Amino acid sequence: MNKFGFTISQGRQLNFDEMKTDKVEKLLELVPSYKFCIGCGGCTAACSAAGYTDYNIRKIHTSFFRAQYDGLDEQLKRCMLCGKCLLVCPRGVNTRSLIINMRRLLANVQPNTFVRKGAEQ
Amino acid sequence: MKSISIIGAGPAGIEAASVLAKQGMTVALFEKSSSPLKNIADKAFLFPNFAAAGDIVELMNKKLLNQNITLHNDTEIVNMQREGNGWKIIDSKGAAYYSDSVLLATGYTPFDAHRKEELGYGIYGGVVTSLEMEKMIRYNKIVNSLGEKPKRVAFLQCVGSRDEKSGNHYCSKVCCVTAVKQAIELKRQLPDVEAYIFYMDLRMWGQHFEEMYRESQQEYGVRYVRGRISEASGTFDGRVQIKAEDTLMGLPLKMTTDLLVLMVGMEASEGTRCLSKACGICGDYGFAQSADPHLGDCLTVQDRLYVCGSCKRPMSINDVINDARAAAVAIIEAE
Repeated sequence: MNKFGFTISQGRQLNFDEMKTDKVEKLLELVPSYKFCIGCGGCTAACSAAGYTDYNIRKIHTSFFRAQYDGLDEQLKRCMLCGKCLLVCPRGVNTRSLIINMRRLLANVQPNTFVRKGAEQ
Repeated sequence: MKSISIIGAGPAGIEAASVLAKQGMTVALFEKSSSPLKNIADKAFLFPNFAAAGDIVELMNKKLLNQNITLHNDTEIVNMQREGNGWKIIDSKGAAYYSDSVLLATGYTPFDAHRKEELGYGIYGGVVTSLEMEKMIRYNKIVNSLGEKPKRVAFLQCVGSRDEKSGNHYCSKVCCVTAVKQAIELKRQLPDVEAYIFYMDLRMWGQHFEEMYRESQQEYGVRYVRGRISEASGTFDGRVQIKAEDTLMGLPLKMTTDLLVLMVGMEASEGTRCLSKACGICGDYGFAQSADPHLGDCLTVQDRLYVCGSCKRPMSINDVINDARAAAVAIIEAE
Protein backbone atom coordinates (compact mmCIF):
# COMPACT_ATOMS: atom_id res chain seq x y z
CA MET A 1 0.00 0.00 0.00
CA ASN A 2 2.94 2.28 0.65
CA LYS A 3 4.26 2.12 -2.89
CA PHE A 4 3.57 5.75 -3.68
CA GLY A 5 6.05 7.10 -1.14
CA PHE A 6 3.67 9.37 0.70
CA THR A 7 1.33 9.07 3.68
CA ILE A 8 -1.47 11.09 5.20
CA SER A 9 -0.14 13.69 7.64
CA GLN A 10 -1.71 14.18 11.03
CA GLY A 11 -3.06 17.69 11.59
CA ARG A 12 -0.80 19.84 13.72
CA GLN A 13 -3.41 22.44 14.58
CA LEU A 14 -4.35 22.82 18.24
CA ASN A 15 -8.09 22.34 18.44
CA PHE A 16 -9.48 24.06 21.52
CA ASP A 17 -12.92 22.59 20.87
CA GLU A 18 -11.81 18.99 21.32
CA MET A 19 -9.21 19.29 24.05
CA LYS A 20 -9.26 16.69 26.80
CA THR A 21 -8.30 18.85 29.74
CA ASP A 22 -8.95 16.54 32.72
CA LYS A 23 -5.22 16.21 33.46
CA VAL A 24 -4.78 19.97 33.12
CA GLU A 25 -7.56 20.63 35.62
CA LYS A 26 -6.03 18.07 37.99
CA LEU A 27 -2.63 19.72 37.65
CA LEU A 28 -4.08 23.16 38.42
CA GLU A 29 -5.72 21.68 41.47
CA LEU A 30 -2.41 20.18 42.67
CA VAL A 31 -0.25 23.17 41.73
CA PRO A 32 -2.56 26.20 41.88
CA SER A 33 0.35 28.60 41.48
CA TYR A 34 0.67 27.48 37.85
CA LYS A 35 -2.26 29.78 37.05
CA PHE A 36 0.16 32.68 37.42
CA CYS A 37 2.56 31.56 34.66
CA ILE A 38 3.15 34.31 32.10
CA GLY A 39 5.26 32.18 29.76
CA CYS A 40 8.39 34.30 30.22
CA GLY A 41 10.83 31.36 29.92
CA GLY A 42 12.82 32.27 33.02
CA CYS A 43 12.57 28.62 34.12
CA THR A 44 14.18 27.40 30.89
CA ALA A 45 16.88 30.06 31.05
CA ALA A 46 17.90 29.00 34.56
CA CYS A 47 17.57 25.26 33.89
CA SER A 48 20.65 23.06 34.56
CA ALA A 49 19.53 20.46 32.03
CA ALA A 50 18.65 22.93 29.28
CA GLY A 51 22.28 23.93 28.83
CA TYR A 52 23.28 20.41 27.77
CA THR A 53 20.15 18.81 26.28
CA ASP A 54 17.12 20.00 24.34
CA TYR A 55 15.08 19.86 27.53
CA ASN A 56 12.81 22.94 27.59
CA ILE A 57 10.63 23.10 30.68
CA ARG A 58 8.71 26.19 29.49
CA LYS A 59 7.71 24.36 26.32
CA ILE A 60 6.82 21.21 28.27
CA HIS A 61 4.47 22.89 30.73
CA THR A 62 2.94 25.02 27.95
CA SER A 63 2.29 21.80 25.98
CA PHE A 64 0.82 20.12 29.04
CA PHE A 65 -1.47 23.08 29.61
CA ARG A 66 -2.70 22.74 26.01
CA ALA A 67 -3.30 19.01 26.62
CA GLN A 68 -0.55 18.00 24.18
CA TYR A 69 0.89 15.15 26.26
CA ASP A 70 2.76 13.11 23.62
CA GLY A 71 6.38 12.49 24.49
CA LEU A 72 6.34 14.70 27.57
CA ASP A 73 6.99 11.84 30.01
CA GLU A 74 10.25 10.95 28.23
CA GLN A 75 11.37 14.58 28.13
CA LEU A 76 10.57 15.15 31.80
CA LYS A 77 12.99 12.39 32.81
CA ARG A 78 15.86 14.77 32.01
CA CYS A 79 14.95 17.07 34.89
CA MET A 80 17.27 16.61 37.90
CA LEU A 81 14.90 18.46 40.23
CA CYS A 82 17.62 20.94 41.17
CA GLY A 83 14.98 23.62 41.66
CA LYS A 84 16.76 26.57 40.02
CA CYS A 85 13.60 27.28 38.00
CA LEU A 86 11.80 27.69 41.31
CA LEU A 87 14.24 30.40 42.39
CA VAL A 88 13.91 32.54 39.27
CA CYS A 89 10.15 32.38 38.55
CA PRO A 90 8.86 35.98 38.71
CA ARG A 91 5.32 34.83 39.47
CA GLY A 92 6.17 32.37 42.25
CA VAL A 93 5.09 29.25 40.37
CA ASN A 94 6.09 26.11 42.27
CA THR A 95 7.84 24.69 39.21
CA ARG A 96 9.44 21.69 40.94
CA SER A 97 6.07 20.57 42.23
CA LEU A 98 4.73 21.20 38.73
CA ILE A 99 7.32 18.84 37.23
CA ILE A 100 6.78 16.10 39.80
CA ASN A 101 3.02 16.27 39.40
CA MET A 102 3.20 16.32 35.60
CA ARG A 103 5.30 13.14 35.79
CA ARG A 104 2.80 11.48 38.10
CA LEU A 105 -0.20 12.49 36.01
CA LEU A 106 1.47 11.30 32.80
CA ALA A 107 2.36 7.96 34.43
CA ASN A 108 -1.21 7.74 35.77
CA VAL A 109 0.11 7.49 39.32
CA GLN A 110 -2.38 8.77 41.85
CA PRO A 111 -0.82 12.21 42.45
CA ASN A 112 -2.11 12.62 45.98
CA THR A 113 -0.43 9.49 47.30
CA PHE A 114 2.48 11.14 49.04
CA VAL A 115 1.02 14.58 49.63
CA ARG A 116 -0.12 15.90 52.95
CA LYS A 117 -3.75 16.93 52.71
CA GLY A 118 -4.09 20.57 51.69
CA ALA A 119 -0.38 21.04 51.03
CA GLU A 120 0.96 22.01 47.62
CA GLN A 121 3.98 19.81 47.14
CA MET B 1 -11.77 89.03 33.05
CA LYS B 2 -9.98 86.66 30.65
CA SER B 3 -12.11 84.41 28.47
CA ILE B 4 -11.44 80.95 27.11
CA SER B 5 -13.20 78.63 24.69
CA ILE B 6 -12.85 74.93 25.46
CA ILE B 7 -13.74 72.64 22.59
CA GLY B 8 -15.05 69.25 23.69
CA ALA B 9 -17.02 68.47 26.87
CA GLY B 10 -15.48 65.13 27.75
CA PRO B 11 -13.57 64.52 30.98
CA ALA B 12 -10.71 66.74 29.72
CA GLY B 13 -12.85 69.72 28.76
CA ILE B 14 -14.99 69.58 31.90
CA GLU B 15 -12.06 69.22 34.31
CA ALA B 16 -10.18 72.13 32.73
CA ALA B 17 -13.36 74.24 32.60
CA SER B 18 -14.01 73.62 36.27
CA VAL B 19 -10.48 74.60 37.36
CA LEU B 20 -10.38 77.72 35.17
CA ALA B 21 -13.87 78.88 36.20
CA LYS B 22 -12.90 78.62 39.87
CA GLN B 23 -9.92 80.85 39.09
CA GLY B 24 -12.31 83.49 37.73
CA MET B 25 -12.01 82.95 34.00
CA THR B 26 -15.04 83.11 31.72
CA VAL B 27 -15.36 79.68 30.14
CA ALA B 28 -17.38 78.75 27.06
CA LEU B 29 -17.53 74.97 26.68
CA PHE B 30 -18.53 73.57 23.28
CA GLU B 31 -19.90 70.05 22.76
CA LYS B 32 -20.94 68.67 19.39
CA SER B 33 -23.40 66.11 20.80
CA SER B 34 -26.53 66.75 22.81
CA SER B 35 -24.93 66.15 26.21
CA PRO B 36 -21.41 66.05 27.70
CA LEU B 37 -19.35 62.90 28.52
CA LYS B 38 -20.74 60.83 25.63
CA ASN B 39 -17.76 58.46 25.58
CA ILE B 40 -18.10 57.51 29.26
CA ALA B 41 -21.90 57.38 29.34
CA ASP B 42 -22.20 53.70 28.37
CA LYS B 43 -19.18 52.42 30.24
CA ALA B 44 -19.73 50.04 33.16
CA PHE B 45 -16.71 50.34 35.44
CA LEU B 46 -13.42 52.15 35.14
CA PHE B 47 -10.05 50.52 35.81
CA PRO B 48 -8.11 50.11 38.01
CA ASN B 49 -10.50 50.40 40.97
CA PHE B 50 -13.76 49.37 39.24
CA ALA B 51 -15.35 52.74 39.97
CA ALA B 52 -18.87 52.86 38.53
CA ALA B 53 -18.73 55.02 35.40
CA GLY B 54 -22.18 56.41 36.23
CA ASP B 55 -20.82 57.88 39.48
CA ILE B 56 -17.92 59.52 37.67
CA VAL B 57 -20.31 61.04 35.11
CA GLU B 58 -22.49 62.40 37.90
CA LEU B 59 -19.54 63.93 39.77
CA MET B 60 -18.11 65.43 36.58
CA ASN B 61 -21.46 66.92 35.61
CA LYS B 62 -21.58 68.64 39.02
CA LYS B 63 -18.32 70.40 38.15
CA LEU B 64 -20.20 72.22 35.39
CA LEU B 65 -22.42 74.01 37.94
CA ASN B 66 -20.40 77.20 38.01
CA GLN B 67 -21.70 80.58 36.92
CA ASN B 68 -18.51 81.25 34.94
CA ILE B 69 -19.13 78.23 32.68
CA THR B 70 -21.49 78.36 29.69
CA LEU B 71 -22.09 74.96 28.09
CA HIS B 72 -23.03 74.96 24.39
CA ASN B 73 -24.45 71.53 23.52
CA ASP B 74 -25.13 70.53 19.89
CA THR B 75 -22.45 72.96 18.75
CA GLU B 76 -19.83 71.48 16.46
CA ILE B 77 -16.82 73.74 15.99
CA VAL B 78 -15.51 73.32 12.45
CA ASN B 79 -13.00 76.12 12.04
CA MET B 80 -10.90 78.58 13.99
CA GLN B 81 -8.66 81.52 13.20
CA ARG B 82 -6.71 84.32 14.88
CA GLU B 83 -8.62 87.48 15.76
CA GLY B 84 -6.34 90.19 17.16
CA ASN B 85 -4.57 88.67 20.18
CA GLY B 86 -7.23 86.06 20.63
CA TRP B 87 -9.21 83.49 18.66
CA LYS B 88 -12.39 83.32 16.65
CA ILE B 89 -14.02 79.91 16.43
CA ILE B 90 -16.84 79.05 14.06
CA ASP B 91 -19.47 76.33 14.41
CA SER B 92 -21.12 74.25 11.70
CA LYS B 93 -24.06 76.68 11.47
CA GLY B 94 -21.70 79.59 10.79
CA ALA B 95 -21.98 81.25 14.21
CA ALA B 96 -18.74 82.81 15.49
CA TYR B 97 -17.49 82.96 19.09
CA TYR B 98 -14.60 85.10 20.32
CA SER B 99 -12.26 84.48 23.25
CA ASP B 100 -8.75 85.35 24.48
CA SER B 101 -7.56 81.76 24.30
CA VAL B 102 -8.66 78.31 23.16
CA LEU B 103 -8.18 74.88 24.72
CA LEU B 104 -8.56 71.88 22.40
CA ALA B 105 -10.11 68.90 24.20
CA THR B 106 -11.62 67.24 21.17
CA GLY B 107 -10.54 63.74 22.13
CA TYR B 108 -10.48 60.46 20.26
CA THR B 109 -12.79 58.24 18.29
CA PRO B 110 -12.78 54.43 18.53
CA PHE B 111 -11.20 52.54 15.63
CA ASP B 112 -13.83 51.37 13.16
CA ALA B 113 -13.61 47.56 13.37
CA HIS B 114 -15.25 47.16 9.94
CA ARG B 115 -11.87 48.08 8.50
CA LYS B 116 -10.43 44.76 9.69
CA GLU B 117 -12.69 42.75 7.43
CA GLU B 118 -10.92 39.45 8.15
CA LEU B 119 -12.14 39.63 11.75
CA GLY B 120 -15.75 39.57 10.60
CA TYR B 121 -17.12 42.58 12.45
CA GLY B 122 -20.50 43.56 10.96
CA ILE B 123 -20.58 40.21 9.11
CA TYR B 124 -20.98 37.66 11.93
CA GLY B 125 -23.23 38.48 14.86
CA GLY B 126 -20.86 36.94 17.40
CA VAL B 127 -18.13 39.49 16.68
CA VAL B 128 -18.45 42.62 18.84
CA THR B 129 -16.22 45.54 19.79
CA SER B 130 -14.95 46.29 23.27
CA LEU B 131 -17.41 49.21 23.44
CA GLU B 132 -20.35 46.90 22.78
CA MET B 133 -19.01 44.45 25.37
CA GLU B 134 -18.78 47.28 27.88
CA LYS B 135 -22.43 48.12 27.22
CA MET B 136 -23.46 44.48 27.67
CA ILE B 137 -21.62 44.42 31.00
CA ARG B 138 -23.14 47.71 32.10
CA TYR B 139 -26.71 46.59 31.42
CA ASN B 140 -26.08 43.06 32.69
CA LYS B 141 -26.98 41.48 29.38
CA ILE B 142 -24.01 39.52 28.03
CA VAL B 143 -25.41 37.39 25.21
CA ASN B 144 -24.19 35.78 21.99
CA SER B 145 -25.68 36.40 18.54
CA LEU B 146 -28.65 34.15 19.36
CA GLY B 147 -29.44 36.01 22.57
CA GLU B 148 -28.19 33.15 24.76
CA LYS B 149 -25.64 33.16 27.56
CA PRO B 150 -22.18 32.53 26.08
CA LYS B 151 -20.09 29.52 27.13
CA ARG B 152 -16.82 30.86 25.78
CA VAL B 153 -15.64 34.40 25.05
CA ALA B 154 -12.39 35.38 23.31
CA PHE B 155 -10.87 38.85 23.46
CA LEU B 156 -8.44 40.03 20.78
CA GLN B 157 -5.99 42.84 21.54
CA CYS B 158 -4.50 45.43 19.19
CA VAL B 159 -7.41 45.79 16.74
CA GLY B 160 -6.45 48.91 14.81
CA SER B 161 -3.37 49.51 16.96
CA ARG B 162 0.25 48.48 16.30
CA ASP B 163 -0.97 47.52 12.86
CA GLU B 164 0.55 48.78 9.65
CA LYS B 165 -2.44 47.50 7.68
CA SER B 166 -4.69 49.94 9.56
CA GLY B 167 -2.14 52.72 9.16
CA ASN B 168 -1.68 52.96 12.93
CA HIS B 169 1.78 52.07 14.18
CA TYR B 170 1.15 53.29 17.69
CA CYS B 171 -0.13 51.49 20.80
CA SER B 172 -3.54 52.66 22.05
CA LYS B 173 -2.40 52.09 25.61
CA VAL B 174 -5.71 51.33 27.35
CA CYS B 175 -6.94 48.21 25.53
CA CYS B 176 -4.70 45.69 27.35
CA VAL B 177 -5.99 46.56 30.78
CA THR B 178 -9.53 47.07 29.46
CA ALA B 179 -9.61 43.45 28.24
CA VAL B 180 -8.37 42.23 31.63
CA LYS B 181 -11.03 44.36 33.33
CA GLN B 182 -13.80 43.18 31.01
CA ALA B 183 -12.77 39.53 31.42
CA ILE B 184 -13.01 39.94 35.21
CA GLU B 185 -16.43 41.60 34.92
CA LEU B 186 -17.56 38.87 32.53
CA LYS B 187 -16.54 36.15 35.01
CA ARG B 188 -18.25 38.01 37.85
CA GLN B 189 -21.52 38.02 35.93
CA LEU B 190 -21.16 34.59 34.33
CA PRO B 191 -18.76 32.48 36.45
CA ASP B 192 -19.04 29.41 34.19
CA VAL B 193 -17.92 31.13 31.01
CA GLU B 194 -14.44 30.36 29.59
CA ALA B 195 -12.52 33.56 28.90
CA TYR B 196 -9.50 33.72 26.61
CA ILE B 197 -7.41 36.80 25.89
CA PHE B 198 -5.30 36.76 22.70
CA TYR B 199 -2.42 39.21 23.11
CA MET B 200 0.81 40.30 21.46
CA ASP B 201 2.33 41.85 24.60
CA LEU B 202 0.38 42.61 27.74
CA ARG B 203 1.25 46.19 28.60
CA MET B 204 0.28 46.58 32.22
CA TRP B 205 1.79 50.05 32.60
CA GLY B 206 -0.35 51.62 35.32
CA GLN B 207 -0.59 51.28 39.05
CA HIS B 208 -2.49 48.09 40.02
CA PHE B 209 -2.74 46.89 36.40
CA GLU B 210 -0.29 44.02 36.88
CA GLU B 211 -2.14 43.06 40.05
CA MET B 212 -5.42 43.04 38.10
CA TYR B 213 -3.82 40.77 35.50
CA ARG B 214 -2.69 38.40 38.25
CA GLU B 215 -6.10 38.56 39.93
CA SER B 216 -7.76 37.64 36.63
CA GLN B 217 -5.59 34.49 36.55
CA GLN B 218 -5.91 33.62 40.24
CA GLU B 219 -9.51 34.45 41.10
CA TYR B 220 -11.21 34.20 37.73
CA GLY B 221 -9.19 31.66 35.72
CA VAL B 222 -8.91 33.91 32.67
CA ARG B 223 -6.59 32.23 30.13
CA TYR B 224 -4.03 34.05 28.03
CA VAL B 225 -2.81 33.00 24.60
CA ARG B 226 0.03 34.86 22.91
CA GLY B 227 -0.81 35.26 19.25
CA ARG B 228 -2.78 37.45 16.89
CA ILE B 229 -6.04 36.09 15.50
CA SER B 230 -5.66 36.06 11.73
CA GLU B 231 -9.25 35.42 10.75
CA ALA B 232 -12.70 34.77 12.09
CA SER B 233 -15.48 32.94 10.31
CA GLY B 234 -19.07 32.20 11.19
CA THR B 235 -20.28 28.68 12.02
CA PHE B 236 -23.68 27.34 11.00
CA ASP B 237 -24.90 27.56 14.60
CA GLY B 238 -24.20 31.28 14.93
CA ARG B 239 -20.85 31.03 16.68
CA VAL B 240 -17.44 32.25 15.53
CA GLN B 241 -14.45 30.13 14.62
CA ILE B 242 -11.10 31.81 15.03
CA LYS B 243 -7.61 30.96 13.83
CA ALA B 244 -4.40 32.10 15.43
CA GLU B 245 -0.94 30.86 16.24
CA ASP B 246 -0.21 29.88 19.80
CA THR B 247 3.24 31.42 19.61
CA LEU B 248 4.41 29.88 22.90
CA MET B 249 3.69 26.44 21.45
CA GLY B 250 4.76 27.30 17.92
CA LEU B 251 1.56 25.71 16.61
CA PRO B 252 -1.49 27.02 14.78
CA LEU B 253 -4.75 26.80 16.69
CA LYS B 254 -8.45 26.96 16.07
CA MET B 255 -11.22 27.64 18.52
CA THR B 256 -14.97 28.07 18.34
CA THR B 257 -16.28 30.82 20.54
CA ASP B 258 -19.69 32.40 21.26
CA LEU B 259 -18.35 35.92 21.31
CA LEU B 260 -15.22 37.44 19.82
CA VAL B 261 -14.54 40.81 21.43
CA LEU B 262 -12.33 43.13 19.37
CA MET B 263 -10.36 45.51 21.60
CA VAL B 264 -10.53 48.53 19.31
CA GLY B 265 -7.88 51.21 19.59
CA MET B 266 -8.10 54.99 19.65
CA GLU B 267 -7.83 57.30 16.67
CA ALA B 268 -7.92 61.08 16.49
CA SER B 269 -11.55 62.22 16.42
CA GLU B 270 -12.97 64.10 13.43
CA GLY B 271 -12.90 67.31 15.49
CA THR B 272 -9.28 66.74 16.50
CA ARG B 273 -8.21 66.16 12.88
CA CYS B 274 -10.15 69.10 11.50
CA LEU B 275 -9.20 71.71 14.13
CA SER B 276 -5.56 70.74 14.57
CA LYS B 277 -5.20 71.09 10.81
CA ALA B 278 -7.03 74.43 10.80
CA CYS B 279 -4.62 75.95 13.32
CA GLY B 280 -1.44 74.27 12.11
CA ILE B 281 -0.72 71.89 15.01
CA CYS B 282 -1.57 68.62 13.27
CA GLY B 283 0.84 65.89 14.40
CA ASP B 284 1.21 62.16 13.74
CA TYR B 285 -1.88 60.15 12.76
CA GLY B 286 -4.11 63.26 12.91
CA PHE B 287 -3.58 63.83 16.63
CA ALA B 288 -2.83 67.36 17.88
CA GLN B 289 0.84 68.13 18.45
CA SER B 290 1.96 69.74 21.72
CA ALA B 291 4.91 72.14 21.87
CA ASP B 292 7.19 69.83 23.87
CA PRO B 293 6.57 66.39 25.36
CA HIS B 294 8.40 67.25 28.60
CA LEU B 295 8.08 70.92 29.41
CA GLY B 296 5.23 72.13 27.23
CA ASP B 297 2.87 69.23 26.76
CA CYS B 298 -0.25 71.39 27.11
CA LEU B 299 1.16 74.27 25.05
CA THR B 300 1.34 74.47 21.25
CA VAL B 301 3.41 76.42 18.75
CA GLN B 302 0.45 78.81 18.47
CA ASP B 303 0.11 81.59 21.00
CA ARG B 304 -2.87 81.16 23.35
CA LEU B 305 -3.81 77.79 21.93
CA TYR B 306 -3.61 74.88 24.38
CA VAL B 307 -4.21 71.13 24.10
CA CYS B 308 -5.20 68.50 26.65
CA GLY B 309 -6.43 64.93 26.86
CA SER B 310 -6.74 62.27 24.20
CA CYS B 311 -6.69 64.72 21.27
CA LYS B 312 -2.89 64.48 21.70
CA ARG B 313 -2.49 60.71 21.95
CA PRO B 314 -4.32 57.71 23.42
CA MET B 315 -4.82 58.25 27.15
CA SER B 316 -6.77 56.65 29.98
CA ILE B 317 -9.57 58.60 31.69
CA ASN B 318 -7.60 59.25 34.88
CA ASP B 319 -4.61 60.46 32.86
CA VAL B 320 -6.91 62.70 30.84
CA ILE B 321 -8.28 64.33 33.99
CA ASN B 322 -4.76 64.94 35.35
CA ASP B 323 -3.67 66.31 31.98
CA ALA B 324 -6.64 68.70 31.93
CA ARG B 325 -5.60 70.08 35.32
CA ALA B 326 -2.05 70.46 34.03
CA ALA B 327 -3.40 72.39 31.04
CA ALA B 328 -5.45 74.62 33.34
CA VAL B 329 -2.31 75.49 35.33
CA ALA B 330 -0.39 76.21 32.12
CA ILE B 331 -3.20 78.54 31.00
CA ILE B 332 -3.35 80.37 34.36
CA GLU B 333 0.46 80.82 34.26
CA ALA B 334 0.38 82.17 30.72
CA GLU B 335 -2.69 84.43 30.87
